[in-house]
Amino acid sequence: MAKHATPLLDELEKGPWPSFVTDLKRQAEKSPQCWDILGQMELSYKDRITHWKHGGIVGVFGYGGGIVGRYSDSPDKFPGVAHFHTVRLNQPSSKFYRTDMLRKVCDIWEKRGSGMTNFHGSTGDLVLLGTTTDQLEPLFYQMTHELNWDLGGSGSNLRTPSCCLGKARCEYACYDTQAACYGLTMKYQDEIHRPAFPYKFKFKFSGCPNDCVASIARSDLSVIGTWRDDIRIDQAMVKKYMAGEIPAEGNAHGSRNWGKFDIQKEVINLCPTGCMSLDGGALKIDNANCTRCMHCINVMPRALRPGTDTGATILCGAKAPILEGAQFATMIIPFMKIDPENEFEELVELIEKIWDWWMEVGKNRERVGETMQRLGLPTFLEVMELDPLPQHVKEPRSNPYVFWKEEEVEGGWERNVKEFRKRHNM
Amino acid sequence: MAYDPNNPMADRITDIGPPHYEQMFPPVIKNNYGKWLYHEILQPGVLVHVSETGDECYTVRVGSARLISIEHVRELCDIADKHCGGYLRFTTRNNVEFMVDSKAKVKPLLDDLASRGNKFPVGGTGAGVTNIVHTQGWVHCHTPATDASGVVKAVMDELFEYFTSMSLPAQVRIALACCLNMCGAVHASDIAILGIHRKPPMIDHDTITGVCELPLAIAACPLGAIKPAKATLANGDEIKTVSVNAERCMFCGNCYTMCPSMPLADPEGDGIAILVGGKVSNSKSAPKFSKLVIPYLPNHPPRWPEVVQSVKKILVAYAKNANKYERLGEWAERIGWEKFFEACDIPFTIKSIDDYRLAYNTWRTTTQFKFTSHVK
Ligand code: SF4
Ligand code: SF4
Ligand code: SF4
Ligand code: SF4
Repeated sequence: MAKHATPLLDELEKGPWPSFVTDLKRQAEKSPQCWDILGQMELSYKDRITHWKHGGIVGVFGYGGGIVGRYSDSPDKFPGVAHFHTVRLNQPSSKFYRTDMLRKVCDIWEKRGSGMTNFHGSTGDLVLLGTTTDQLEPLFYQMTHELNWDLGGSGSNLRTPSCCLGKARCEYACYDTQAACYGLTMKYQDEIHRPAFPYKFKFKFSGCPNDCVASIARSDLSVIGTWRDDIRIDQAMVKKYMAGEIPAEGNAHGSRNWGKFDIQKEVINLCPTGCMSLDGGALKIDNANCTRCMHCINVMPRALRPGTDTGATILCGAKAPILEGAQFATMIIPFMKIDPENEFEELVELIEKIWDWWMEVGKNRERVGETMQRLGLPTFLEVMELDPLPQHVKEPRSNPYVFWKEEEVEGGWERNVKEFRKRHNM
Repeated sequence: MAYDPNNPMADRITDIGPPHYEQMFPPVIKNNYGKWLYHEILQPGVLVHVSETGDECYTVRVGSARLISIEHVRELCDIADKHCGGYLRFTTRNNVEFMVDSKAKVKPLLDDLASRGNKFPVGGTGAGVTNIVHTQGWVHCHTPATDASGVVKAVMDELFEYFTSMSLPAQVRIALACCLNMCGAVHASDIAILGIHRKPPMIDHDTITGVCELPLAIAACPLGAIKPAKATLANGDEIKTVSVNAERCMFCGNCYTMCPSMPLADPEGDGIAILVGGKVSNSKSAPKFSKLVIPYLPNHPPRWPEVVQSVKKILVAYAKNANKYERLGEWAERIGWEKFFEACDIPFTIKSIDDYRLAYNTWRTTTQFKFTSHVK
């Protein structure tokens, strides 16, 4: 029986989209704390304000991340959620699950928490929503002993890395995103669990420039698959697309009649670099001028494929607007082989160089992109020992305020003003 | 051995990471890893991927509330056990994917899903609206300026036909973050729904001592609006505290993140801003930030009608006017933002003119513009 009346939330049981309210009520039959989630939320709907307090520091022994403390500001009314901490479980790469394992997570969470979850949190973790401090150690024990499953990150540490679906079910993947994500997650367990950074640091791995995990917008280190040879063309299939025998973009526009497929209009004219043409019915790509944007491949996946000399472009420093404004990641390394065989040696070397620098010069709560912005891309490239490339900028600077170094100028900076005056009267 | 509360460190296992992804792969995925040739969307929400081995993987994508119960997860598992050999996956946008290895298995799966009420809507593929990436809101966070799950539910109810069809010019990615921290990283979305505050922080002198490191609170403000101050409490004690120059405040909430004695949230002050035209994909044009087009809409739970209608209005104008393949931001740039406001029937306000860092980059420094009804 419902413990609190929830007339406002009940309105959200209507409509075609799945209702979290209906779901909460269903869970409340088994997990009575859920009545208090509903009750407190109803109060928020009435008051139009949150009723959660500032989190406290809770966790499991030896870890500085993975648990987020949460307390109700009205524990008398809602004792079931008085203490309501969040547990972040590190999701398996690209979020495939075996049901027997998921069921075990459910069983543990039924016993040890509210029974509510997020599939998934924004960073990618499987989030268990709401439990008390005394349940944290036993929960952690069960997860590690019974399921071989560890917590993710929170706080000023390496946040749980995430990756796109990649080679598991996508024909565009230019490197093994799962292997990279898992490999680096395992390598950096200490950095995930024990905060030692100025602020959070995120890795995200996308297999191609479509960037399905938004790594260019969200990660401090963004690894985006690409290739450096030629787009593979199957001219016979190009003809089939032109004849309208295969729907464009895998039928992504199937619910609307856009008219007959027009390769000139829909592919060639939309190529951002104008590097495509039709030559006697054959599709030509001037690959030296292609910027690998994916548009033509997205539209004609059965005719065009990324090249075979594949790897990734490495970008650095994305973040949401807090504080200095939003930043996309800046292109740092145009092409790097991402090789599980050598344990991602080159990438690891770069990551550790970035961390060393950022941990030394970064201010408290400064994302690496802000440190880069504060100290400048030239400084960053120098510290990373990377050659400056025209690819690093959209255009050259338009001001002449160059920070020349003394050793770059003939004769250095030491001069004698008296000598100067001998030749130049005041 | 079971957990021993008297000896929690016994047998401790740490730093083992997540389970290896491969043990989570259904056979058709494991056998064709890296071998996929192409895909096609058979109907909204149903995809087929074809491998060079000749294998096919049929995927049925269903929406989910993200905030889900273990009863719901168990039901997902029941479905996966019955149809998919005991495997399923979640997408980055909170959809669930059921995969089967032959076409014959698709229909029984779809029928089963349809028989379970509105819990498992099939869709979210191609040129449509897929699930809304979002954050915690009033169900679990201490800093929100609005709810997350409720707003998402109300918006998705209204946009449901776009989830179950592929009739838009291109995919439209909607995201919601309930405060400027943007856990949901909405800043590069076609349509971003963002919780905002509009009242400066209050200062709770009675509690600030002890719960706040004053230098951290002062340093937290990007605009230097917070200064050290003194206050006298009711009991006559003089304490060190802070003051806020309200004129300078941009309501980012960073101070409250650092100091629980500086709350900003307020039923009248808080609400939602709408930003549009962002994208993360590098396809055609470079990634773009979302731009602020509606500075404030009130929090009207339980169904946020103003927000729902504004999002719908923008989506409908885009659907009607954009070219095939054109993302919302690409459309706005092609016609010009001045035309965008006209096409969407959204009033242009001074709040859309940037006055933060790098603002100058967004001011018009050319004589080229279009005359619209805005120019009297
Ligand atoms: S980012 Fe590219 S490779 Fe990865 S899932 Fe998306 S389209 Fe496929
Ligand atoms: S990938 Fe992009 S830039 Fe390259 S040919 Fe295709 S459309 Fe043009
Ligand atoms: S966006 Fe802000 S309010 Fe919402 S969950 Fe994240 S930190 Fe909390
Ligand atoms: S809300 Fe932001 S701008 Fe306003 S006082 Fe706090 S930190 Fe400063």
